[in-house]
Amino acid sequence: MKRITGTLIGRLMRNIMRSPDTIITVAITPIMMMLLFVYVFGGAIETGTDNYVNYLLPGILLMAIASGVAYTSVRLFTDVKSGLMARFITMPIKRSSVLWAHVLTSLVSNALTILIVILVALLMGFRSNAGLLDWLSVAGILGLFTLALTWLAVIPGLTASSMEGATAYSYPLVFLPFISSAFVPTETMPKIVRIFAENQPVTSIVNAIRALLYEGAVGNDIWIALAWCIGIMGIAYFFASKKFKRQLG
Amino acid sequence: MNQTAISIKRLKKSFNEKEVLKGVDFEVQRGEIFALLGSNGAGKTTVVNILSTLMKADDGEALICGIDVDRQPDGVRQSISLTGQFAALDGMLTGRENLMMIAKLRGVHNPAQVADRLLARFSLTEAANKRADQYSGGMKRRLDIAMSLIGTPEVIFLDEPTTGLDPEARIEVWNTVKELANGGTTILLTTQYLEEAEQLADRIAILHGGVIIKTGTLQELKEMFPKAIVEYVEKQPSLEDIFLNIIGKKESV
Repeated sequence: MKRITGTLIGRLMRNIMRSPDTIITVAITPIMMMLLFVYVFGGAIETGTDNYVNYLLPGILLMAIASGVAYTSVRLFTDVKSGLMARFITMPIKRSSVLWAHVLTSLVSNALTILIVILVALLMGFRSNAGLLDWLSVAGILGLFTLALTWLAVIPGLTASSMEGATAYSYPLVFLPFISSAFVPTETMPKIVRIFAENQPVTSIVNAIRALLYEGAVGNDIWIALAWCIGIMGIAYFFASKKFKRQLG
Repeated sequence: MNQTAISIKRLKKSFNEKEVLKGVDFEVQRGEIFALLGSNGAGKTTVVNILSTLMKADDGEALICGIDVDRQPDGVRQSISLTGQFAALDGMLTGRENLMMIAKLRGVHNPAQVADRLLARFSLTEAANKRADQYSGGMKRRLDIAMSLIGTPEVIFLDEPTTGLDPEARIEVWNTVKELANGGTTILLTTQYLEEAEQLADRIAILHGGVIIKTGTLQELKEMFPKAIVEYVEKQPSLEDIFLNIIGKKESV
């Protein structure tokens, strides 16, 4: 199982490293957003903090992950269409390792993107006095969020009939941070928008990461954030596995 | 040892009310090249998909080397290899990397050596370190078949191996398949080209209207029809002969 998954991950990582645009494109959009919000809109946004890069970063990271997982759909879709998937699942190997290889590859490649975005944020003035444990917790939440969205991405990757269809779902995910506490406080939003913003997953995840990075506290939002991530992951995993099995007859 | 490599009885499969296979029966002996001949949409790929554990039949029985496809798919996967309608390779990887990947997945002892040997056998050594998406159609197909040979499976499915290839590449693939059969591998080949079945197959089954309407060697099939009449006709070269001659491939098999 380990050898199989390892071989398949090695193959997918080679694919990514040979088309570096997949990592750069994914990192560039959130970096542009960060530049735009900090140097264009930032001066006019009242957040009650003196460091807007700090305020913005958690939401930007989620945005990077949301656009990064779309590549999992693309890679899966390509495998199904090229016949490689059929080749793998008719071989004497554990079938689930084929999906897990894609999911774990997504975890690694998104971690790389996140690192790039954080480095750019440091240049723009991002500062945190969080300790190792806080950083590990942040990595844990981001990892869970990546897993949840990746399992979600597996479903269109397996079932879509066109490349556009395989990635269309990612647009609303990428824009979810806009209607949340990621860029501006939710207090100024009209009531209905505010109710949505305060009760969607991005807000609780962003608040939980902020608490860990800047307040040295765990905060209350972390439990809601974890519940969202695990809930989405569980449901997506269930439907993805079901689709995978049914597709194989 | 049981001499039957593939045995199918009363195999049925429908898609949304449309009955594609209406009770297909045939047997393939070990070491035989067996061609499943039929027009587009006759259900050839459906048969291959069921035999290669990609799909479940609605009814009937299918055995590969005596193992039931439906009840023991894991056992069946030990002895088969699928070469589907499209060359199933990772275009971003080189030819050698593609072969190494499959060798590692199959748990072969020395993947690098196995890869190099196959590259040489399929005349791909020169292109070994080129990315597979830069290969020609014929080269892709040869790499694809080479990938299917790793782990020496007993039964190989070749689903329309030459569809979409130019005449030159088609002959390359034919030679490859003939060579395989000499090695004692059982091959189930599907094709819509009569000439391909004639060139390669030991026995031929004609799949039409959801059932096998005739099975036999080419000779047996020929004998079912009225005796040939001897006529004297000036033999004009076919366009294929001309094409192959001009581009310098003298032997058209």
